[in-house]
Amino acid sequence: MKWFDYQAPRTVGEAVEAMTLHPTARALAGGTDLLVQMRAGRRTPDLIVDIKKIPELNELRYEPGAGLTLGAAVPCYRIYNDAAVSRAYPSLAEVANIIGGTQIQGRASIGGNLCNAAPSADAIPLLIALGATCRVTGPNGERTMAVSDFCTAPGQNSLEAGELLVSIHLPETPAGGGARYLRFIPRNEMDIAVAGAGVAVVLENGHIQSARIALSAVAPTPLPVDASALAGLAPDEGALRKAGEIAAAAAKPITDMRGTADYRRHLCSVLTRRALASAIAAAKETK
Amino acid sequence: MSTQYNVIGTRPIRHDGADKVTGRALYGADIQLAGLLHGAILRSPHAHARIKRIDTSKAEALAGVKAVATAADLPESGEKIVDLGEGATPLSYIRGNVLASGKALYRGHAIAGVAATSQHIAEEAAGLIEVEYEVLPCALTAPDAMRDGAPILHEDLHTKEFGETTGKVSNVADHFRFQIGNAEQGFEEADLIVEREFHTATVHQGYIEPQNATVLWNNDGRVQVWTSTQGSFAVRDTTACILDLPVAQVKVTPMEIGGGFGGKIPVYLEPVAAVLSKKSGRPVKIVMSRKDVFEGTGPTPGSFIRVKIGAKRDGTFTAAQGYLAYEAGAYPGAMVGPGAMCVFAAYDIPNVTVDGFDVVVNKPSTAAYRAPGATNAAFATETVVDEIAEKLGIDPVDLRLKNAAKEGTKRADGPKYRRIGCVEVLEAIKASAHYNAPLGGPNRGRGVGIGFWFNAGLPSSCTISVNADGSVNLVEGSTDIGGTRTSIAMQAAEVLGITAEQVHPSVVDTDSVGFTGVTGGSRTTFATGWAAYEAAQDVMRQMKERAAKLWETDASEVKAEGGVFSANGKRMTFAELAARIGETGGPIVGRGAVNPRGVGGSFSGVIADVEVDPETGKTQIVRFTSIQDVGKAIHPAYVEGQMQGGSVQGIGWALNEEYYMDESGTMRNSSLLDYRMPTTLDLPMIETIIVEVPNPGHPFGVRGVGEANIVPPPGAIANAIYRAAGVRLRTLPMKPSTVMEAIWAK
Repeated sequence: MKWFDYQAPRTVGEAVEAMTLHPTARALAGGTDLLVQMRAGRRTPDLIVDIKKIPELNELRYEPGAGLTLGAAVPCYRIYNDAAVSRAYPSLAEVANIIGGTQIQGRASIGGNLCNAAPSADAIPLLIALGATCRVTGPNGERTMAVSDFCTAPGQNSLEAGELLVSIHLPETPAGGGARYLRFIPRNEMDIAVAGAGVAVVLENGHIQSARIALSAVAPTPLPVDASALAGLAPDEGALRKAGEIAAAAAKPITDMRGTADYRRHLCSVLTRRALASAIAAAKETK
Repeated sequence: MSTQYNVIGTRPIRHDGADKVTGRALYGADIQLAGLLHGAILRSPHAHARIKRIDTSKAEALAGVKAVATAADLPESGEKIVDLGEGATPLSYIRGNVLASGKALYRGHAIAGVAATSQHIAEEAAGLIEVEYEVLPCALTAPDAMRDGAPILHEDLHTKEFGETTGKVSNVADHFRFQIGNAEQGFEEADLIVEREFHTATVHQGYIEPQNATVLWNNDGRVQVWTSTQGSFAVRDTTACILDLPVAQVKVTPMEIGGGFGGKIPVYLEPVAAVLSKKSGRPVKIVMSRKDVFEGTGPTPGSFIRVKIGAKRDGTFTAAQGYLAYEAGAYPGAMVGPGAMCVFAAYDIPNVTVDGFDVVVNKPSTAAYRAPGATNAAFATETVVDEIAEKLGIDPVDLRLKNAAKEGTKRADGPKYRRIGCVEVLEAIKASAHYNAPLGGPNRGRGVGIGFWFNAGLPSSCTISVNADGSVNLVEGSTDIGGTRTSIAMQAAEVLGITAEQVHPSVVDTDSVGFTGVTGGSRTTFATGWAAYEAAQDVMRQMKERAAKLWETDASEVKAEGGVFSANGKRMTFAELAARIGETGGPIVGRGAVNPRGVGGSFSGVIADVEVDPETGKTQIVRFTSIQDVGKAIHPAYVEGQMQGGSVQGIGWALNEEYYMDESGTMRNSSLLDYRMPTTLDLPMIETIIVEVPNPGHPFGVRGVGEANIVPPPGAIANAIYRAAGVRLRTLPMKPSTVMEAIWAK
């Protein structure tokens, strides 16, 4: 590992200033991706900006009706340990609980998972399915964008020089809403998704009012899938099969050490079908 | 007949337990010395390349760098042959693997070493070394490397065929054949013949502690080494040989070891650190990263295997034929010999032919891994045996019982078995609750498999000195990997009539104990335990003499039983007599030095229940039982631990572990995240059934328990997957995508 400087600012403004002055600077939340990349020589920042001491980035606040504000540095364990958040967004609590092992969850953040922009990121497909947005601050002020627009390529995101992800926002779960993220891994834990599917559904009068699907590990970025064809269908086996077909058709997988392209495409169908079934079951409970 | 013991068969707390669970135990990476330098190794980015030029000047010029070493700094060896108890190897191969000269033969092959005042400087300096390579095409699998026109790794490697040098230059270092009876005729007598081909991937032992070495080349010319090794004397002798020093000019202190499984017998870092220390005048420590461990140390061979077995309608095997081509990695020595000896070792078959091929490929030079060579072979045989059982409509355990090896069975490579426990293992499977339990769900299947490992003898030394408080100090040279301090101490305690806790065992450096072979071949409890037995007998002989002196009688009159000495109505405990050794002649030191024969082979069996997800191909191990004939379980908890450990490694090998190589010979999954060894969350509690058929060749009947248990799991799991999903898999690993593809092809 090369030498680097370290700063731990207390405000978003100080952090943005430091990041602006050092174009190769990287923000450090849990460091569970960054430190590994630095050790492997894949990233060589000259400055590490530790964002854990900035209050705004540690905010975890659920307001019924308004939704969830999730600070970019909030570690996973705080999400699944928060009873109100876990009740309002059980699928998010579950995702926070499958990223890494217990020790990693003490440090790793959903914000970091998003900024790291891995095609296989477990949190991102669910965030996209849930309609999440993110708040970004930089030298030119603040902007908001959809999570589905955030990742641009493997390991690359749409943050401009000096910009910082401050928080992620989830809208309130609508009545009749349910969501689930399922991934396929050869081991049972501690593994990278071969493929994953995040699904959110809203049921109305016994039919699918709307559905959102996003996939992981089958494209250069987490992949939003157009699921509008599911709207109006009865939430039955036919809808599940249709969802699987839509996902498999949308996937653009490659063959690598984690799986072949054909196998991944097949998994998209299986996982989307299973995730939608699970989301429908959850939706029926929220009614 | 079963002997009554006081200590053997009990479960005392291990002597090193407190240090291990409190983090006080010292491992190689913990070494701190005044003036210590940190080393880094530059490794080849190419799987096969001629090294045209190495320029170290920029690295040497970096502030903080104290020494740089390349192969040019190692003494010229000439044509010396080295035998370290693992078979004869030309020194040029051992040295060439430590630092490449002429050619890099695999990605990760060490090219140069750097010593600097910090780890980061050393790594940066290694990156400043300029190497000009001429990249050559590579051969990555045995079938590839055996093809006509394949890239040749060693221009001076002449194929040996049936013991004779052929003069032909190829990647096949050796082709040998074992033969008994007449296989061709045997197949003619068969009513059913099954012949199948198998591929198994290269896998790594996956010990938790990476290789490390700290070396001080002292001003008096002595070389001190602190390292993580299975054999301190093997490190001493190899390092001395590479450095062209008399053996005892090197002193090796074995630190605590975080696993080895055969992979910590070869030497990688010690000679490099030694040269860097000599050049810099300071101690040098080198610690591998996990990537270095995967790319630069010895995994176990990938293989191509063909097995053919003929059987009569009643299940009697009439003939068997095996073709085993194992990937040695960069240098000859693929452990295909043991594989070929083990392939049919569990069966009594009159007509057998086995051909073995030791093939060099552009992958890391392979090392031993727990019953090296046997697991690949048993995967093939156990799958074919299962298919025969299915086709003949015979229970798979009954079919194995009908053909099981027993006392007097002649193995294809020559030896006749003495008393062995293959039948007893199979009977234990049949009688087990597991084998008779329902499967308990859909998409489930149950498979069985058995396997064999020889175990080893080799030299061991031990001394025992008596303390005035009635305890004893036991000094031995076997690195303790699986609780052997305790299993050795228990054998001494049994002889001395004291408790295991009254024995204080120490594993010491090579200056402080007689020659002791590696902790390998399941030999330590057998052989070093035997040395402790001899040393304890020596102590007892001297103790009886002292008692005789006190009681003014002849030593032959003194009896010892259960820790009490007696003669002519007088009695004294071991402790009472120990308190009086000062006045009866001074210290008592017993010694034992053995090179035992009478090694007892071990048979092992597995019952595996799996559940296969028909939509994803993922296999879940639902229930798993390991059964093994261990001879005599000295410390049953550690025996169970060995059986569970071998089972888990076998499960990993079966389901997910592999060197995933790209076309250029780069391992794409050289991290523990992507290499996918099983975690506790992937496994049920491994059940164990200890079978005890005492080895007549050992004072307490010990056979050795460390290895045979890894042999049957892949075959048993393949058979279980067949029953769960209806597909016969003949490729390892049986990862989800492979199972799914087989289901699609059904």
